[in-house]
Amino acid sequence: MSAEITKTGEALPALDFGHAWEYAPSPEATDHVRIAPRHELFVGGAWRQPHSSRYFDTISPSTEQKLAEVAEADERDVDDAVQAARRAYDRYWSRMPGRERAKFIFRIARAIQEKARELAIVETMDGGKPIKESRDVDLPLAAAHFFYHAGWADKLDYAFQGRAWRPLGVAGQIIPWNFPLLMAAWKVAPALACGNTVVLKPAETTPLTALLLARIVEEAELPPGVVNVVTGAGATGAALAAHPGVDKVAFTGSTDVGKKIQRAVAGTKKKLTLELGGKAANIVFADAPIDQAIEGIVGGIYFNQGHVCCAGSRLLVEESVHDLVVRKLRDRMATLRLGDPLDKNTDVGAINSGAQLARIRELVAAGEEDGAERYSAPCALPGKGFWFAPTFFTGVAQSSRIAREEIFGPVLSILTFRTPEEALEKANNTMYGLSAGIWSDKGAKIFWMAQRLKAGVVWGNTYNKFDPSSPFGGYKESGFGREGGRQGLLAYTEVGQ
Amino acid sequence: MSSQNSTLSRYGSSARPAPYPLFYPPPPPVDQIAVEERVAALGKRSIKKGAKVAGLTLAVRMMDLTTLEGKDTPGKVRQMCAKARTPLAGDPSVPSCAAVCVYPNLVPTAKAELAGSGVKVASVATAFPSGQSPLDVKLSDVRRAVELGADEIDMVIDRGAMLAGDYAKVFDEIAATKEACGPAHLKVILETGELGSYDVVRKASEIGIAAGGDFIKTSTGKVQPAATPAVTLVMLEAIRDHFLATGRRIGMKPAGGVRTAKQALHYLVLVKETLGDAWLTPDLFRFGASALLNDVLMQLEKERTGVYQASEDFSKD
Repeated sequence: MSAEITKTGEALPALDFGHAWEYAPSPEATDHVRIAPRHELFVGGAWRQPHSSRYFDTISPSTEQKLAEVAEADERDVDDAVQAARRAYDRYWSRMPGRERAKFIFRIARAIQEKARELAIVETMDGGKPIKESRDVDLPLAAAHFFYHAGWADKLDYAFQGRAWRPLGVAGQIIPWNFPLLMAAWKVAPALACGNTVVLKPAETTPLTALLLARIVEEAELPPGVVNVVTGAGATGAALAAHPGVDKVAFTGSTDVGKKIQRAVAGTKKKLTLELGGKAANIVFADAPIDQAIEGIVGGIYFNQGHVCCAGSRLLVEESVHDLVVRKLRDRMATLRLGDPLDKNTDVGAINSGAQLARIRELVAAGEEDGAERYSAPCALPGKGFWFAPTFFTGVAQSSRIAREEIFGPVLSILTFRTPEEALEKANNTMYGLSAGIWSDKGAKIFWMAQRLKAGVVWGNTYNKFDPSSPFGGYKESGFGREGGRQGLLAYTEVGQ
Repeated sequence: MSSQNSTLSRYGSSARPAPYPLFYPPPPPVDQIAVEERVAALGKRSIKKGAKVAGLTLAVRMMDLTTLEGKDTPGKVRQMCAKARTPLAGDPSVPSCAAVCVYPNLVPTAKAELAGSGVKVASVATAFPSGQSPLDVKLSDVRRAVELGADEIDMVIDRGAMLAGDYAKVFDEIAATKEACGPAHLKVILETGELGSYDVVRKASEIGIAAGGDFIKTSTGKVQPAATPAVTLVMLEAIRDHFLATGRRIGMKPAGGVRTAKQALHYLVLVKETLGDAWLTPDLFRFGASALLNDVLMQLEKERTGVYQASEDFSKD
């Protein structure tokens, strides 16, 4: 690594993160994981071919190899699934005492823990995320969401200050590709706990773990039709959202699609929750624990290749420490290990799809055109698959596309501020409002900021922390409704006055 | 702590104003939770096969084989020196250790035993382990150890002064000790287990570095907790900031509590990913340990032969 040159022309001391001691490859063994070559729809407790007899491929984004083919559900399949869910709601699930529902949900939670290794490997193969993340984040959290909501199932009479409540009926749930199993857990667990039945539509690039979840539901012997899984692309999701038999639509994904769904359900009796995009400010004050803030910046934007709706994609750094933070961030990025997602030492995996990679490239090109200065980590990209090196931009204008639009990739925009008021104004100056981070050693400053930030989740001296008991959701174009916690139960219940 | 009444000569006046300008700006705060998260994440690095052999071989080269007991004898020290020189008889692929670390009285024995081997002799001094003696006693301790042949001096800081906020006293004692060392390298033991928080560890690290320490070291081994990965990371970050500011490379020595090969590899991961390649050398990183060597040898033999040997197959010295 060549020494950095200051403005006065003197060379700064530079750390060298080279190859003096290399880690050997450490791939997670996959020999015990068998992915079936073809996957059917899970409707009414049975595995069924789609009416159209059409299937689509799901590939590994790190190798571009086909993993399996998956049924493409059309309107007829969706109709079957909604009817199956309705029957299950009327016959079994809405009549079952909460303590009995809880037993089934606990079974699912335990089965996820028992199959955690297989699920983590399939998640990584299908979605491209590093195995250490699917193993240490996605799987434990998915199980935790089922455990947490199983606990609520027989206590709902106490959840709403004594007010009466009832389930909504059939929930149509459409989930994204960034945390496939975890988002399924966020949606399915509270719906089941509150007595609703479910039609789940996983993303077309990452359907496999939702189908494994359906297997777990089957093995847990839930009554047929309580959970249905229909696979397919946007048309399948649109059919589900528009189906008149659906009482509740829950969607996590892009703001564009969220708006379409909101239009589709307008004027109907359907309840809706949307968890959409974000452009979160991660705010670093000069009095922050800087070395730990660097970790929070890296985790905030490069975790899961930046495919995180609450990613800290706008770094607002106090101007007096800007150069220091950028210098340290560059050093830290030299140690990020990009490559085979199944390697246990991989920090940055593959971009989820070719389409997403194209979107990231387009926005990065826009950033360069706008005159921002780009830095990409010096890591070699594999020849096959979809990859993008961790990147940041300095000198980003608040008006630039890369400061305003969600990139949903490992690309950070760095802006500066001078006072807390200015940081607050810039942080809130966005159409989004999902999350924010504050780094300061002063508790009073953190609380002052947190009270004024228009964001559903605000982290202090940490980032990307999730817990099933903590409600998650957005302001403004980041959506509405909360998932997790007591507040999250409201998304799946009708509560009396 | 009445430095006012002390008759000792100190560097600078005991009536000097608070040492604020010397350490301004104050050290950055350290977030305990985030530091511990970071070391836990690095503890999950998977070190296999060739990387494991290379890492453990490096760990042997970085080891300060230590005995610091009242019952130390020339016989005990001679045995330890033989082990440091040739850790595994019959396997020349295992290198010598970096140094042996003993009390001053045993320095001549170690020096004679290790002549021509390249293995250094380190001696603790400065009223080790408490440091609670007058400065002239501590400095004379240092000078005598160097005269007896010590290549390296492991001093203890005055934790009482550190915790009382008398940073000038801590600084001056280190500076005086460095001067007393002459050509010998100085390792500054912070005794982090007595400092109470990472913020104080960070501050003590900066004082140790600014006052002339060649190495900073976690612990005497006489206080629990001794070295931990988290406290080591905090010290490595202080070393990193000093390097970024000045270009000067300070060494690091975790000591006490490092007992297994797996722990040693965790520490090497911390060094590799915090300071980079330049610090992956015995010149800038040491382990202070006694029990660690045999576990490392056992793992190296396992990698070489494919099977674990009994603990009795490794000499206990």
